[in-house]
Amino acid sequence: MTYPAAVPPVERPTAARRVWRGFAGLRRSKVALIGIVIILFWVLVALFAPLIAPLPPNATIIPMLPPGAARPGGGAFLLGTDHLGRDILSRIIWGARTVLFYAPAATLSAYFVGVLGGLVSGYKQGWIDELLSRCGDLVLAFPAIVLYISIIAKFGASGFNIVLAVTVASAPGIMRIVRGLVLDLRNRAYVAAAKTRGESVWWIMFVEILPNARGPLIVDFCLRLGYTMITIGTLGFLGIGLPPPNPDWGGMINETRQFAMVFPHMVVFPCLAISSLVLGCNLLADGLRELALRV
Amino acid sequence: MHVFLVRRTVYMILTALIASFCLFLLFELDPTAVVVDVLGPYSTGEQRLIWLERNGYNDPFIVRYVQWLSHVATGDFGTSRIYNMPVASVVWPRLGNSAILGLFFFLIMVPLALGLGVLSGMHEGSRLDRVISTVCIVSTSVPTFATTVLVSALLVFYLAWLPGTSSMLDGFSYRELVMPVTVLVMADFGYVARITRAAMADVMMTPYIRTALLKGLAYRRVILRHALRNALIAPFTVIMLHVNWLIAGIVVVEFFFAYKGFGSLIVQASLNRDLYLLEACTIIAVAISVTTQTIADIGYSFLNPRIRFK
Repeated sequence: MTYPAAVPPVERPTAARRVWRGFAGLRRSKVALIGIVIILFWVLVALFAPLIAPLPPNATIIPMLPPGAARPGGGAFLLGTDHLGRDILSRIIWGARTVLFYAPAATLSAYFVGVLGGLVSGYKQGWIDELLSRCGDLVLAFPAIVLYISIIAKFGASGFNIVLAVTVASAPGIMRIVRGLVLDLRNRAYVAAAKTRGESVWWIMFVEILPNARGPLIVDFCLRLGYTMITIGTLGFLGIGLPPPNPDWGGMINETRQFAMVFPHMVVFPCLAISSLVLGCNLLADGLRELALRV
Repeated sequence: MHVFLVRRTVYMILTALIASFCLFLLFELDPTAVVVDVLGPYSTGEQRLIWLERNGYNDPFIVRYVQWLSHVATGDFGTSRIYNMPVASVVWPRLGNSAILGLFFFLIMVPLALGLGVLSGMHEGSRLDRVISTVCIVSTSVPTFATTVLVSALLVFYLAWLPGTSSMLDGFSYRELVMPVTVLVMADFGYVARITRAAMADVMMTPYIRTALLKGLAYRRVILRHALRNALIAPFTVIMLHVNWLIAGIVVVEFFFAYKGFGSLIVQASLNRDLYLLEACTIIAVAISVTTQTIADIGYSFLNPRIRFK
């Protein structure tokens, strides 16, 4: 008796190869490409901040110089100095580190909570779904800014509390999206197959369902990353953000606001920096959504 | 329909109640934190004990919550530390000022955003659509505080057309209202316009629009009678839900222009740790938000007959 020859296993591309293919796919959307270039620019600036920045970010030299003013010992303050005599260019460069650390950290933390809640809620259903959804509704009843202000007012302004506040405020929205996607995916054949194989609930949720929900989630992640950057900037702008003196773009604007009438450069450059970075995230999200629709 | 209305309203009140409980839990679970906020860090232990005793802080938490809630229900929010007068007499005029700001904002933003969104979605992919879409994505990307700073750098600092503060010290002035409203509109119209565009583009692809066009109806009539009615359902909800975002915008704009409104008040309360004022502001903000969410929900089911009787 002969058995039919086994089908040769399809070679699964390595993780690195798949990521590379994903990036290569981005070339098909000009919008996404522009977004990723902007983001990469700021990531490189943040990574190499010590090499690029002409001066230490907190060094006080000569206050209130306009852009292009000569620097003692040669060179120039390309973007001028602030009210304490710190080089604005260097502070913007170092500030990129702050925003590119806290925004992804806060968004990832919110995603961890939101994805977990959404998977459990959508897959298990029943009372736990009801409970989680109602809790989410409750948080969404608060205007986000009010939530931030209350949490920061109560626990104080620090990096950790900002991550906490963003997690609380964003997780319910993520949970809703994930739940909606799971409700659709949980009836697929591969989920039934996994159940028949006797896989555990967690395996099914994280290995079978989650990877198949990644498309809309990646787009949403980019959008939320942009919102989180805006949030961190806004909190800094209101004076309840990351504590000084380390540079953070929103905080830079808040500190120099009162001099803006005479020295607009102190506030304009940090504004341009944060706007460009958020624009990068939004363009990437838009491009990815467009690509997903086209396929 | 009546059942739906009643159920939705009850749900709204329930949400607001639980939210108020959470807020009370956050702010007043620990009476010693409250007394330090009210009497200041340099008060003596004895003063604190007397104050706690006199203000009923030795009662159990639940009792205190019920008492606080009954006070709030009658409009008594306690005394503001920084203003040294009842919170209610501080909050309501401020809220009125913000309402003026919000009213002008909606009067300008809604027609602008809907108009642009419809124009853009009518001919998806046209040059006009691309221009409008680009403007919108930039508008949504630039944070409100950055818009505030950049627009005032241009209009106030360089051109000196408009006043840079809106504190209205010499009475109400429309001139001082221009900057905050402009900035709010510029920062916020993009999002609504994008939603409108997407809804309009969706409707334009439906068979009934094609049928109407093929039947020989005038293009204008197809847009006005057939497309708009269906395309404007989604934006209506978004505009109502936009109040939540508007509060964030109002906070930033009022803070920057020193406008005496609700948004600057809440920041002030937070920065100065004026506990009762902050409590009042948050609970009012939640009430506003829950109400608009409910109106959005009810309105949506009125406008969209397909889900009316679910």
